[in-house]
Amino acid sequence: MSGAPVKKVAGITKESTQAMIDHAMEIYPDKAKKKRAPHLAPNEGEGACVKSNRKTIPGIMSARGCAYAGAKGVVWGPIRDMVHVSHGPVGCGWYSWGTRRNLVTGINGVTQFAMQFTSDFQEKDIVYGGDKKLKTLLNEAHELFPLAKGISVLSECPVGLIGDDINSVAKTASKELDLPVIPCNCEGFRGVSQSLGHHISNDTIRDHIIGTREFAEPESPYDIALIGDYNIGGDVWSVKPLLEEIGLNVKAVWTGDGELEKIAATHKVKLNLIHCYRSMNYMCRVMEEKYGIPWLEFNFFGPTKIRESLRKIAEYFDDNIKEKVEAAIAKYDPIMQAVIDEYRPRLEGKKVMLYVGGLRPRHTVNAYADLGMTVVGSGYEFAHGDDYERTSVEMPEATVIYDDASEHELEQFVDELRPDLVGSGIKEKYLFQKMGIPFRQMHSWDYSGPYHAYNGFPIFARDVDMAVNSPTWKLVKAPF
Amino acid sequence: MRQIAIYGKGGIGKSTTTQNTVAGLASLGKKVMIVGCDPKADSTRLILHAKAQSTVMDLVRELGTVEDLELDDVMKVGYGDVKCVESGGPEPGVGCAGRGVITAINFLEENGAYTPDLDFVFYDVLGDVVCGGFAMPIREGKAEEIYIVTSGEMMAMYAANNIAKGILKYASSGKVRLAGLICNARKTDKEYELISALAAKLGTQMIHFVPRDNQVQRAELRRMTVIEYSPEHPQAQEYRTLAQKIYDNKMLVVPTPLEMEELEELLMEFGIMEAEDESIVGVAESAAV
Repeated sequence: MSGAPVKKVAGITKESTQAMIDHAMEIYPDKAKKKRAPHLAPNEGEGACVKSNRKTIPGIMSARGCAYAGAKGVVWGPIRDMVHVSHGPVGCGWYSWGTRRNLVTGINGVTQFAMQFTSDFQEKDIVYGGDKKLKTLLNEAHELFPLAKGISVLSECPVGLIGDDINSVAKTASKELDLPVIPCNCEGFRGVSQSLGHHISNDTIRDHIIGTREFAEPESPYDIALIGDYNIGGDVWSVKPLLEEIGLNVKAVWTGDGELEKIAATHKVKLNLIHCYRSMNYMCRVMEEKYGIPWLEFNFFGPTKIRESLRKIAEYFDDNIKEKVEAAIAKYDPIMQAVIDEYRPRLEGKKVMLYVGGLRPRHTVNAYADLGMTVVGSGYEFAHGDDYERTSVEMPEATVIYDDASEHELEQFVDELRPDLVGSGIKEKYLFQKMGIPFRQMHSWDYSGPYHAYNGFPIFARDVDMAVNSPTWKLVKAPF
Repeated sequence: MRQIAIYGKGGIGKSTTTQNTVAGLASLGKKVMIVGCDPKADSTRLILHAKAQSTVMDLVRELGTVEDLELDDVMKVGYGDVKCVESGGPEPGVGCAGRGVITAINFLEENGAYTPDLDFVFYDVLGDVVCGGFAMPIREGKAEEIYIVTSGEMMAMYAANNIAKGILKYASSGKVRLAGLICNARKTDKEYELISALAAKLGTQMIHFVPRDNQVQRAELRRMTVIEYSPEHPQAQEYRTLAQKIYDNKMLVVPTPLEMEELEELLMEFGIMEAEDESIVGVAESAAV
């Protein structure tokens, strides 16, 4: 049905891309230029062509978050049946509350607790320490919300600075309340980006959660866990039914619309399917080493990758699953073809630039290709070398790859490449809209979604078409 | 592996005592690591014959992040194969030295510095436990054994008692225990008896009375421990004895710190302090005439 992704883009060569990068860096002082240069490069088709996971250069206007953001926003926040405490002054908790569009089911206060809990540090808590306040808070949270399955304590910066021992408070409270109370030392100043927050959270799950529960139902050979899907715009609700349709039992989801006790019993599954590698590969490796559970990275963006991934998943199981996978592909292919037939004529040959987080800068490349579009630039806020290795093979030759890009660099690249769509975040949105370039927020699916799996692709195609072919942008005359 | 933290009033000789004791343990064939938890970074000077040039925090400042740091960059090996690390930290008056200690110890844990072949880890901690950072070495899973270095001077004893209060807080929620007082003698009156009495009141022991001897200073001038500089000297024997006593020590207690009045009574009993004369309080010299 859809064509193979474009591997060469007319007009883009290694030299042209390098010249564009050099031009963008011209205004930098020598020191900044030297530091930024290794983070920007033409795609080499294999290996990591850029340096990554390094400290941001001051003044560069990075879009990165912090370790606390990675812990609260990404890993812990989506677990719906826990109370998540932002431990420290009120701002961090408030501004990370419900901003990520990780949707949840359940009744607020009963089966889900998507509320803002904070210890609201004051001067006296800094001076005298906040551990007594935390203890009181934990008792009160349990009293007010007795149905919460656990409490996470997510440290904000000052807690780490004054050296409060949240681990000891959590341990005592856990015993007294007979409830998992999980301390997570994810102070924002730790590490270079939100990436360390993911890692610290994974370690915390390893140390406090995994292996502490068992599933109620008997084991089956088709038990799997869906790892690193945070249910943005309802992605999990599109992926889970598809995995069930091919005969698998999705026993736990990490952590979109997640449930603590199922996460705690994940050591009993037969296979971990990992969507966001960056934020959860750590625990996949732990479960592999400790419990012998294999893990597989998969990509459910666009019919080509869904098909490829379903068949890869089937390889881990018997003919029963293989048959169901083929049946599902046969069932959905025509539906997907209809979507492509509708949108592709309007999107054919259009160019896209991406600048997002965990996996989308590579995972969505082929979904655009399914719609006849080419990604001509891609990059991550907080990726590591292994992410870029996985990206180079997806991207066309010599296209620009950017790590921890600054607003200035993105503006320069977009100005030169003039893509038909930019997919990035809220921090970038207005810059490009003012340039008259169609834009979609690709962290949050821009108030839309799901985009994953067969149910997601028609919505993705519609949204992309809506943005690219909106008449609005032809009316915008940017003065620059 | 036994993890031991050394506390005591500033300037009382914690670093000197720690390093000489560690050298003593090393001469008994024990594998030891010293973690200096003081921004002055002088906890390993006598073992390394030099002030540690690259503390954990120095390198973090240079590299920008702790993630870029390698263990080999900060761990040096000195006399008796003693492994030495200094947390380092800011100069007085700026930044947060306590966080430096937390960062350094987290770094050591995450990078596998606590190898199973180690018999002892010593934390030499800055004078007073002024914030949570300086209590990091006695958090759960770290040092469970604390020695307080003191002398017969009043302020050193006050400090020792205050530290015992801190230990009590941590002992009630965890496994940390007071293992003894080390008297680093200043040749004050009845020093031996006084510190023995204080130890008894705190529910612990004076594990050793280290007599004052200028041989320690002579060795320090050469940036050496007495054990290394003059192994035959009687003072070296004192430190070896202390090392052996620590090695054999089984007396780990939850301390019973004294109220201020009790401490003052003790000092009066030994004639260090005179009974308070309420009639002179607040009266200026000229008015008293």
